[in-house]
Parts: sequence; C-alpha cells; structure tokens
Amino acid sequence: MLTKRIIPCLDIKDGRTVKGVNFINLIDAGDPVVLAKEYAEKGADELVFLDISATLEGRKTTLEMVLKVAEQVNIPFTVGGGISSIKDVDSLLKSGADKVSINSSAIKRPELINELSAKFGSQCVVVAIDAKQIDGQWMVHLAGGSIPTELNLFNWAKEVEMRGAGEILFTSMDHDGTKDGFANEALSRLSTELHIPIIASGGAGTIQHFVDTFQIGKSDAALAASVFHFGEIKIHELKENLRKNNINVRL
Amino acid sequence: MNIVIIDYGAGNTKSVQFACHRLGFSPVLSNDKDVIRLADKVIFPGVGQASNAMQMLKKSGLDSVIPTLTQPVLGICLGMQLLCNTTEEGHTQGLGVFDVAVKRFSNTLKVPQMGWNTIFSLESNLFLGLKNDAYMYLVHSYYAEICEHTISQTNYGLNYSSALKRDNFYGVQFHPEKSSTEGAQILNNFLTL
Repeated sequence: MLTKRIIPCLDIKDGRTVKGVNFINLIDAGDPVVLAKEYAEKGADELVFLDISATLEGRKTTLEMVLKVAEQVNIPFTVGGGISSIKDVDSLLKSGADKVSINSSAIKRPELINELSAKFGSQCVVVAIDAKQIDGQWMVHLAGGSIPTELNLFNWAKEVEMRGAGEILFTSMDHDGTKDGFANEALSRLSTELHIPIIASGGAGTIQHFVDTFQIGKSDAALAASVFHFGEIKIHELKENLRKNNINVRL
Repeated sequence: MNIVIIDYGAGNTKSVQFACHRLGFSPVLSNDKDVIRLADKVIFPGVGQASNAMQMLKKSGLDSVIPTLTQPVLGICLGMQLLCNTTEEGHTQGLGVFDVAVKRFSNTLKVPQMGWNTIFSLESNLFLGLKNDAYMYLVHSYYAEICEHTISQTNYGLNYSSALKRDNFYGVQFHPEKSSTEGAQILNNFLTL
C-alpha cells in the first residue's frame, strides 16, 4: 500500500540553510547537503528546499547546492521559491531536482502550469498554495502570504489540477507557526474534491497533529520545518507512532 | 566496466548517474548507437510523457537499436514502460520487448501515484539481498499489468508489475536511484550481474 509521506522543509538563502536549524550533532547545520543527508538517513520520505534568495547571484549558488544535494542524497527532493519560467525549471531539473514547486508565478500566469506539465510531466510540477480564512472564506495569498488575491482556495486548487499539476502543497497561513495542528477541515475537503496528492503544511507541533492530518485531514503527505529542525519531533519516533495508529508509513 | 545511460532528452539522467557514482561506478551519458551497443550495461531512464519520449527515441534512431541489445539493459520508470508493447499514454506503440500493455490507473485513485510503496513476489537476482515488501519510490500514472515477465508486484488499487524481466532486459517502475539504500541495492545488483 502507498505510504503517507513525512517531508522536512529547509529554507535556503544563497545556498545556505537559514532560520532555526538547530541540530546538535552536526558540524555545520548551515550546510543544506549535510542536513539533507541527515534527514534521509533518519527516515524522511522526501525533502523540500525553499529558496528565499533575493539576488540572482544567490539563486546561482542555490543551483550549485541542488547539484550537490542530488549527488549525495538518495531520496527525492523538491525545490521551490522564485521559479517563474520553463528555463528556471529546466536548470533545476538538470541539476538533479526531482520536482519543482511554483506559487506566485502560477497565480500571475496560470498557463505556466500547463506549459511545465506538458514539457516536463505532471509528476514534477508541485503547485504551492498559501491561503487563509477571510470572513469564513479560504482566500489564496501571494508573495509568501502577504498579498491577498480574489482566488478561492478550492476553486484555485481545482484549476491547478485541471491545468496539470501533479501535487498540491497547501499551507494554511492561519495555522503556520502556531504549532496548533494542521488545517484539517480544508485539507480534507481538498483531498476529497481533488484527484491529485495533497501535502499538508503549517501548524505541526506534536505527533498527534500528524496523526490527525492523515486521519481527519486525509492528507497524503505532511510537511514541517521547525519541529524537525529543533529535534522536537524525531522522524523515526513520529513514524512509529503513526504506524501504531494504523497509518501506513515507510519504516 | 563500461556503463552507458541512454541520454535521449527524456529523463532525469543526472540522478541515475549520481546514484551510480555513489556505488563507485562511472557511467557515461550517450545517445550514440555504437557507444550504446558496445556498453557492458545499459540503463534506459525516462520521465515525462510517453509519446514525446518515443518520438525522441525515433528521432535518434534508438528505437531500432534498443530492442536488439544483448547486454543487460535496465529500463527505469518511463524507460520500463517504453519497453512494453503499448501504452495508453498518448496511444503510444512501445518497443515490444515486454509482451504487456501499459494502462492508466483508475480515476477512483489519486493519480499520479506518488510516494513510497512496497514491492512483493520478488522473483529475480535483481532483488538479491532485499526483503519482500521493501519500500521503493514511485511516481507514475500508468502501470504495466501482471504478465509472464513480472518479477515484482506492487499494489495501488490493484496488483501490477513493478518490475519486469525478459532475457537480458530488466524494467523497474520505481526509481532505484531515489529509493534510499534498498534502491541502491537493486541498482548495484544490476551493475554487478
């Protein structure tokens, strides 16, 4: 049976890991390659690198990092952040990334999803959606969640699927950073109404939150950053607990 | 040993190449017929859309070369599917090495199947040292049915062929290059056949 996936997310700036990575036993926790290998060995199913570099030079460094990760890491990984063209995707895939994640660029020009899935295949096109509730409606936001759009989460998710996305990474901005659990109601609706895998993101704080997002949120995968980076949740222990709850995981 | 990864423009050749490096092998990427014919081992990767990939094979004339190879050949993912008779994806005629049809998963499932699933009913030296129900990483919307060439099965809505073998030809639906140490074991088994 297909297993549920656990995905640590690493923020990358100018080829280095940023923000709150606090592994005790690592010589250089700022080195994404070292971290990625560590996570692969600890049982992570996939990795996501989010490039937050602001400069062209920084992005070039990230491309070199992608190559190094591909050289040394034996599990799949996705790269997201600032991707807006076929050329961007081509360079990332050629450097060894398995999938790319697009967000704002897909909202600005939805045809990009069609173009990417036609050229590279749906399997490598992840569309990330940031949304929060405004007057009871889930509204999609741009630019890391700072700019609201007119798009309704569920309508946009369906459009994204129709245009050829292979997977959706949904981050609830209402839950992100709260460590209070994932947005399971919205996730469950996405999972039921769509026919592509849904990755839950935002709100992970405890092992129970992961149990809930798989059982109640019907998510196919769960992504988290700080709980893993600070060692608050160990991946192996998490997976053992998921299995105890009859959730199928790779152990 | 002379290992060639077929580079025809439809594959994540880099990942396969890196995985071989990690095992201490140094494969070359090539679409040159003679280089491929003279190799000790041939890896035939592939991601993307079947009919496009087939067109690229035809453009380079490799469609007539690959089925005639006599050394061990390993098709990975779309590479495996292209070695089959036909695929429903783009109504594509395959290379016909494996006498089986490739069909689309049912719409009642999430498609593509994406993630880690188990392989069982293992029946080949390709799986030497592996346990039944080992986890492999898979990403695909189409599957090969169970047939006389099936050497491993996986279940997603139904049991299908996650690996095939006929004479010197092997095909795996999963990505050994991305399937942790167990995947590396399979790749190593192939490279040391």
